[in-house]
Amino acid sequence: MAAGAASGGSARADTYKDARGWLLLPSWAVLGIFVLGPVCMMLIYSFLTKEFRGGVIWEPSLAAYDQFFFDRGLFGDEPPKIEWTYISIFWRSIWQAGAATLLSLLIGFPTAYFIATRPENVRPVWVFLITIPYWVNLLIRTVSMKFLLRDQGPLNDFLIGTGLIDSPIHIVNTNFAVQLGLFYSYLPFMVLPVYAAVERYNFSLSEAAADLYASKWTTLRRIVLPAVKPGVVAGCILVFVPSMGSFLAPDLLGGAKNFMIGSLIEEQFKGNAGNWPFGAAASMILLTMVLIILMFSARQQAKADKAGG
Amino acid sequence: MPGNKTDAIDVRNAVKRYGDFTALKRISLTIRDNEFFTLLGPSGCGKTTLLRMIAGFEDVTEGEILLYGDEIESLPPHLRPVNTVFQNYALFPHMTILDNVAFGLEMRGKSKDTARKRAGEMLELVQLSQFAARKPSQLSGGQQQRVALARALAPQPKVLLLDEPLSALDLKLRKAMQLELKHLQRETGITFIFVTHDQEEALTMSDRIAVMSAGEMQQLGSPTEIYEQPRNMFVADFIGETNLLEVSVDQVMNGRAVCHLGGGHALTCNSVEGIGEGAKVHMSVRPERLFMSDVPVETESLKGRVAENIFVGTDISTLVDLAEGPQFIVRTSNSDRGNKRIFEPGSEIFVNMELGAGRLLMD
Repeated sequence: MAAGAASGGSARADTYKDARGWLLLPSWAVLGIFVLGPVCMMLIYSFLTKEFRGGVIWEPSLAAYDQFFFDRGLFGDEPPKIEWTYISIFWRSIWQAGAATLLSLLIGFPTAYFIATRPENVRPVWVFLITIPYWVNLLIRTVSMKFLLRDQGPLNDFLIGTGLIDSPIHIVNTNFAVQLGLFYSYLPFMVLPVYAAVERYNFSLSEAAADLYASKWTTLRRIVLPAVKPGVVAGCILVFVPSMGSFLAPDLLGGAKNFMIGSLIEEQFKGNAGNWPFGAAASMILLTMVLIILMFSARQQAKADKAGG
Repeated sequence: MPGNKTDAIDVRNAVKRYGDFTALKRISLTIRDNEFFTLLGPSGCGKTTLLRMIAGFEDVTEGEILLYGDEIESLPPHLRPVNTVFQNYALFPHMTILDNVAFGLEMRGKSKDTARKRAGEMLELVQLSQFAARKPSQLSGGQQQRVALARALAPQPKVLLLDEPLSALDLKLRKAMQLELKHLQRETGITFIFVTHDQEEALTMSDRIAVMSAGEMQQLGSPTEIYEQPRNMFVADFIGETNLLEVSVDQVMNGRAVCHLGGGHALTCNSVEGIGEGAKVHMSVRPERLFMSDVPVETESLKGRVAENIFVGTDISTLVDLAEGPQFIVRTSNSDRGNKRIFEPGSEIFVNMELGAGRLLMD
């Protein structure tokens, strides 16, 4: 009898397990179709031969990666040298995205802190205000930014009008313009996670720190920041990763000299002049780099946590 | 006016307003050096506000606060040599227990090693040495409470402020902590200011108690004074159990008053200053100062009928419906059963009080 009951129970558990497997299907389908599929496609395309008017020939080849890393002369018959063109574009992308992330953090953190410390009923209003500009298309916003920043634009007019400067500052077509553009594009991705973290923060901890002779600055550094760190890390990742691959801001605000990896990839798939395998290879390299950076920072984080504990 | 260097805290005419709402209505009180002082009152009476004003978390709308003779009301909290034990403990979750306790010492400029060594000693004092390397979340409520205490005591504050620190603990642990706190206060010689709404806790631990209600101080005195000689209705009602009778005063003489009840029955009891002849006031008498009999034995005997006997461990509480007045509670200690009688419900009896047991109250 007891054995029967037990087997009945385990049969029910099995049914439950089966059902659970089926219920997970939608998530697996979404992940498969929208994440795994495209990445696999990109991986395969990066190892194929290019077709001259776009597209690929289904013939395995390492040409795309070879082109990215090595220079074999105009006719491809010289001994390979390291090709710096793409690596330097890559390096610039990391640097620009890093600067944009830092800028977002410096502006976004105080903003998020400010919102989170307002009375509860007005906080949603502030969050709403922060997100309003993002209802406008990113392209329009970036172009408007260019108009604001250009030599005869409102910013320079204002600065000259106040007498702070005599001649306009050239901002457009500089690295800084790109950083500003990226910062503006992705600011809410910094503000929102940090805001969520600060809102959950227990402010009596700040009182306790002040009570134990910590100044405001020390309290921020030693108590508040460690407590909201997950939000800050999330914000940094959410700004850094899309900034790395962005092409609108570099194209419109950076000019030809400040080319970033996103624009390089975009070029490969535009019109007939592109090189699909090369674009796919550059995307794979970008993906790998971002993964390495994230893993590295996660490891540093874990190390710091251990040392701090 | 310069302050007295030997008084721990001197609050002078302190007022706290939030917009239209006045949380503290001109409070003045002096807390002596090395004293266990309790601010007692129901929630919303302003006791926590006053404590937070001393700590520096709330600014003072009007008035002055002096700490050993120095004005501190304009100093930010991190410059005041007082420490707080918070109601929710507010331990830093990302730090170990040892680092939590060492934090205040480090902030006062001690080297990391010195701070940790002293923090270790503090943990020994509260018997938590073996938990030094743990995080707060790995400790029970009672242990967290003791860490909060060690952390606040470690920098040797001039005054320790305790904001209902025991309210989250269960009864047994609370009783143990009450004693431990009292001992710690004696050992360290630091002035403690303790905020609570629990009158029993206040009576057990304090050297002196300030009873507060609605932003005003109702009475300040030793636990015995507060209990035996409540000044007004609020204090008598809030501290312990009491029986109240509406009376009219006929005559006041030498601290005694002769009054009568609504039905004309005459009574003599202790009076307080400010009550004159003809006043309609309340008389209070503690349940343990009453005893029952089948014939009137004292001059002050009130007729009644037993409604119910309630066994409460050490005592029996008897509810008596008075012939002239409300329901009275009479408490008979179980150890006193030889001298005092318990009657069955329904019995017609007399409730007797000794001369001096009853006391008139200001409203």
